[in-house]
Amino acid sequence: MHSIKVRYFAGLREQLGRGEEQVDAAGIRCVADVWSRVCAQPLPANTLIAINQEYASPASMVRAGDEVAFFPPVTGG
Amino acid sequence: MTIRVQKDGFDPWRELAAYQEARLSDWAGQYGATAVFIGSLRDFNQGQAVSGMTLEHYPGMTEGYLEKVSAEARARWELLDTLLIHRYGPLLPGEPIVLVAVWSAHRDAAFAACRYLIDELKTRALFWKQESTPDGLRWVEEKKL
Repeated sequence: MHSIKVRYFAGLREQLGRGEEQVDAAGIRCVADVWSRVCAQPLPANTLIAINQEYASPASMVRAGDEVAFFPPVTGG
Repeated sequence: MTIRVQKDGFDPWRELAAYQEARLSDWAGQYGATAVFIGSLRDFNQGQAVSGMTLEHYPGMTEGYLEKVSAEARARWELLDTLLIHRYGPLLPGEPIVLVAVWSAHRDAAFAACRYLIDELKTRALFWKQESTPDGLRWVEEKKL
């Protein structure tokens, strides 16, 4: 597997107009690289990140086969 | 320790009675304290009428996070059991959204763990609320504790 699955939730999903996509892992080292591949705008402030369903940060390393998710602050409960 | 994230509505009082009967009957006499929090949908928020709400979640990660905080609560306090039920999908005002129940020998641990679980759930668990208001749909802003 040479791609990374990228998922978006809630308001961010609506802004981007898609819930998930696959990106080519070539040239991608960290979460920030994933974001610049999928969106021309900077990562919105307060955006939370997960890799393989664990919280992560823009500097976290990403590998082919990983699932990377971007989402706004949570509002549950 | 039980976690359920479900689309179907639920009656928290019936759930509590059934759970206690099924899972805690062997511990009758052991738990001196049961602390319960139930969150229900208001028909107003931030000065606007709310006619309904849709809760989005991240299947898998949401459950995983709730399991992690439940385990953390059991590590921090002496608890006999915890029960956490959370809705997702469309909800109407008055409907329960979340149930947190904690059984312990003593009330201090029960109150503290229940408070810890609902606070973690509000700030870190992966749910997003979208309200229906007279001005249309709006995503609810994050909670500040």
